[in-house]
Amino acid sequence: MNSFNGFVVKEFKQIFRDKRTLVVLFGMPIIMLILFGFAIRNEVKNVKIGVLDLSKDAVTRELTQKLASSEAFEFSVYLSTYDEVEEVFKAGEIKEIIVFEPNFSEKLTLEGIANVQVITDATDPNLSNIVQSYTGAIIRDYIQELNYQGTTLQQGIQPTIKMMYNPELKSVNLFVPGLIAVILMLISALMTSISITREKEMGNMEILLVSPLKPIHIIIGKVLPYLVLSVINVITILILAHFIFEVPFRGSYILFFIEAIIFILTALALGVFISSVANNQQTAMMVSLAGLLLPTVLLSGFIFPVESMPYPLQMVSHIIPAKWFLIVVRSIMLKGSGIEILWMETLILFGIALFFMALSMKKFNVRLQ
Amino acid sequence: MYDFAIQTNELSRTFGDFTAVDRITFDVKQGEIFGFLGANGAGKTTAMKMLTGLLTPTSGEARVSGLDVFKEAEEIKQNIGYMSQKFSLYDDLTPEENIEFYGGVYGLKGQELNHKKEELIHSVGLEKFRKKLVRSLPLGWKQKLAFSISIIHNPKIVFLDEPTGGVDPVTRRQFWEKIYEVSNQGITVFVTTHYMDEAEYCDRVSIMVDGRIEALDSPDELKRTFNAKSIEEIFIQLARSAERGEE
Repeated sequence: MNSFNGFVVKEFKQIFRDKRTLVVLFGMPIIMLILFGFAIRNEVKNVKIGVLDLSKDAVTRELTQKLASSEAFEFSVYLSTYDEVEEVFKAGEIKEIIVFEPNFSEKLTLEGIANVQVITDATDPNLSNIVQSYTGAIIRDYIQELNYQGTTLQQGIQPTIKMMYNPELKSVNLFVPGLIAVILMLISALMTSISITREKEMGNMEILLVSPLKPIHIIIGKVLPYLVLSVINVITILILAHFIFEVPFRGSYILFFIEAIIFILTALALGVFISSVANNQQTAMMVSLAGLLLPTVLLSGFIFPVESMPYPLQMVSHIIPAKWFLIVVRSIMLKGSGIEILWMETLILFGIALFFMALSMKKFNVRLQ
Repeated sequence: MYDFAIQTNELSRTFGDFTAVDRITFDVKQGEIFGFLGANGAGKTTAMKMLTGLLTPTSGEARVSGLDVFKEAEEIKQNIGYMSQKFSLYDDLTPEENIEFYGGVYGLKGQELNHKKEELIHSVGLEKFRKKLVRSLPLGWKQKLAFSISIIHNPKIVFLDEPTGGVDPVTRRQFWEKIYEVSNQGITVFVTTHYMDEAEYCDRVSIMVDGRIEALDSPDELKRTFNAKSIEEIFIQLARSAERGEE
């Protein structure tokens, strides 16, 4: 036990002496959170719009007013003819143009139907989609108001929409759990694989293997410091997310940390596995980044929803631990779900963790032969 | 049986259809300095790895300090020290921390470890550098320190894999003085080297060619048998017959 403690102490000393490692360990999570939190957003703000008002009556003016006063839009220009639409879009500033048909308010009150055309610049399909649905929502709202005032007839079916758990559709709420997964993967897997291959490169590993230390002690000694640091990182992210981005945390912290530790163990096992395959730090880094980080970012549902992937990729996503971890963490944080709902995902995550731990132990031992 | 620090009988190791070590049989007496020579790729490192428990032999027998390499590999580890050709200290730790770490690995603790640490720092002459990072030490000192650390637990046998690679002649000389010192304490020294002048310092040397031991005796006897002026001559004579090239 004494030799094992010595091992852990040595590992911590090395981590704290290496400035670059420290920056990666503690700087990256914060930088990534801030980047994802502030820069990468799905919601839109101050998108410039133009209006082609062929009616110019009280209703269209009011609607224009409503759109312009929304945070999402910034009213920019009045067009006078259709021919200008193309021109305006080509200039690039304006992303959406709203066209009111002639005699808009008249039609609305008399026939109960008036047409609004929403034209968007779909070079950025994502933005175009969001802008469209925002506009739709604002117009629907307005019509509903009119209905209450009894000025128009209720036409057809009016859906009432309620967005649960994340009513403001804040993308940071979605990113934080994903970010936790990415950062844990990065620190646990990448850092351990690099630190183990470094011992191999420097020749220290041979000495350790010749010594009475058992391979399992070497692995645990290498891995334990990163487990501790990863947990510290999770706490940092949670605090930042809470105070800077006001991300809610509705579920149980205990459950959350248990799940996080299972996920960290999976990542650590992957790190050990990579280090037993790779012979130098560069290879370890490449394998970790390409083999672990990319799938974690792209296939876990972190950025792109798993449901909208083609079927083969969905299959692949099942074996990505981050996918299950993400489902679990999002549910705990945003919905406050407990283990009675999440037991299946937890079990799968645990299974994956066990599988990779067994695999990495086996691989590590084989290397001694 | 226990007069021998190392005994092997027809020890072999193959990797696929490549026979790295081909039925070698030799004994190393207790307390002697045994030089293990061979060109690159002759199988020295593989042989040494089998004796230190890093590799499992494919066939044959071997006992290290009376213990079977197949069945008692764990016990062997307590009885041997090892210094590899790669530099094996942590260069981002200080000499003191390296000593504490490796001492701890071999189960030294408390008073005993502190005592050992002081003794070691003084014997290598590292008083001035004890709080500096190993990275900043000259190579010769690092190697002396690595050697001292490899015998921190008073092993019965110490394996040195090309310990003097890349070191200047003066430091090599000092290193060999250290080897003699250790040998006088009764520790068996098993050393591989590229420098033929160093072979002359050994009590006995073996020369490996293509995975087999082609010559084994004291340097003087070898010179007599091969009718050569130096070990180098013998080595070149034998190595010329080698079919394997460099690794």
